[in-house]
Amino acid sequence: MSKERPRSGWALRARLTPYWLVLPGGMWLAIFFVVPMFFMLSLSLQTGDHITGYQQTFHWSTYSNAISLYHVQFVRSIVYAAIVTGVALLLAYPLAYWIAFHAGRHKSTFLLLILLPFFVSFVIRTLSWQFILADNGIVLSPLKNAHILPQDFHVLATSFAVICGLTYNFLPFMVLPLYVALERIDHRLVEAAHDLYASKFQAFRRVVLPLSLPGVFAGVLITFVPVASDFVNATILGGTNTTMIGNIIQTLYLTNNDYPTASALSFTLMGALLVGIFAYARVLGTEDVMRATTR
Amino acid sequence: MTTISTVRPPESVDPVPVRRRRRRWGNYVLPAYTGLMIAYLCAPIAVMMLFGFNDTKGKFNYSWQGFTLRWYQNLFAIPDLTNALKNSLSIALIATLISVLLGTTLGLAIGRYRFRGKGSVDLVLFSQIATPEIVLGASLLSLFISLGVPRGYLTILVAHVMFCIPFVAITVQARVVGMDRSIEEAALDLGATPWVTFRKITLPLMMPGILAGALLSFALSIDDFITTSFNAGQTTTFPLWVYGASRVGVPPQVNVMGTLIFVVGVALAVGSAIASRRRETRA
Repeated sequence: MSKERPRSGWALRARLTPYWLVLPGGMWLAIFFVVPMFFMLSLSLQTGDHITGYQQTFHWSTYSNAISLYHVQFVRSIVYAAIVTGVALLLAYPLAYWIAFHAGRHKSTFLLLILLPFFVSFVIRTLSWQFILADNGIVLSPLKNAHILPQDFHVLATSFAVICGLTYNFLPFMVLPLYVALERIDHRLVEAAHDLYASKFQAFRRVVLPLSLPGVFAGVLITFVPVASDFVNATILGGTNTTMIGNIIQTLYLTNNDYPTASALSFTLMGALLVGIFAYARVLGTEDVMRATTR
Repeated sequence: MTTISTVRPPESVDPVPVRRRRRRWGNYVLPAYTGLMIAYLCAPIAVMMLFGFNDTKGKFNYSWQGFTLRWYQNLFAIPDLTNALKNSLSIALIATLISVLLGTTLGLAIGRYRFRGKGSVDLVLFSQIATPEIVLGASLLSLFISLGVPRGYLTILVAHVMFCIPFVAITVQARVVGMDRSIEEAALDLGATPWVTFRKITLPLMMPGILAGALLSFALSIDDFITTSFNAGQTTTFPLWVYGASRVGVPPQVNVMGTLIFVVGVALAVGSAIASRRRETRA
């Protein structure tokens, strides 16, 4: 027994080790990520106004009111996000494909070039696009002077400008997971397909494309979510007809101090996106999506 | 196998010359496209850099008026901007340090151990990464509003550590999963205490993951706009200041600072890539 005791002490300590390791970071996330969700839920079920204060009343009608007031922006955000994700996928796939299959030993150089925008502040990048697309900017004014476009033609303050900006800003998010998935494909499989008389296109459609689908799914996920909730592009490049749900949430929280409506909207947004994400992750396995997301 | 060979396509007996010519042509399409896309991705960066050298006279930095280094010499002429940059840098530095400490231990735990509750830790990490940033910012603001916490430097710091931890944890986890445990077992067999084994074996092996996590955290923190805008109060960071200034015209100093951050960031990334490659070839 006396020999046993230190060893079981060791075993207990060894068993507790992961908990000690998780504790500090886990506590931080619990207090500043999990708990705030409940505070946001509670805030969305309060009524009152900024001056007299808010009381907990559990009026779920805040949700239906908020949605009926702002469903236009809600739908617009989802539509924009769908368009941007689709366009980004079409633009990114050939790019990722070429780098993964044909860039040889310069793969990481090309990858770095794709990631260069991340080294410039998001806000500055968007402002750069505002500058490029300006009514008398470097793109439009030559075209106007050559009378290809009418003088009053403008791009800024249209849906097109916002979608352009969003596509630009989130394109690298799409390229990375696609690249990771394509790079992992064993080239011998493609060769085998060719040996079995598959044409180039058939080999692509039957071998490469199916094997790259996890990357497609991950790319769609990590592009769609931030695009749907972005408000910077809509503010800088858009106008009054391009307001997204993010703009509404931000204004309600920070300018109008209408916390219940703001938190109800933000909860609805998160709910809608998370339901989609988890349905998605269920199909693919969380580990796979997570790995593709973070590499 | 047989099912595949039975659907042998008839066009595989195409005359060879036609095919070869087409392929040679096709060889240029994708590289050209890649070049075009890279140009597209870099265009706004080029614009930013170029207009940091613009000898603009008025308030708006919109048209090219000649080359100058004036803005590099007067980089800190706008006190509010300088202050915002200082805030951004110090927040990024402190947030990186804290999130690397907390994220590394978390990553080690989920990468190495099986324990009750690991599933929920994974779930929290995954949902935190999947949650839209605006919701992260809004929920944290809800907490601070409900508890009457004044927003400022500290709340920004808290928010940044919160969204950096999962990224560090996951990069470290990926590294830990691929690590060879036999080296640590050898150290323990040779009489090293667990602490010495950790310090001399485990930690150096985890280092690439930790460094990658640190770089990622710093980049995420210094560039963050959305979460910060919710929890900043009256404090401004570099992106917040630029966003505010965009309505009245952004001064060229912003371009210069953006350029400098870009150059330093790229140098660090390239440096660490070269260092890790060298380490790999040595090993």
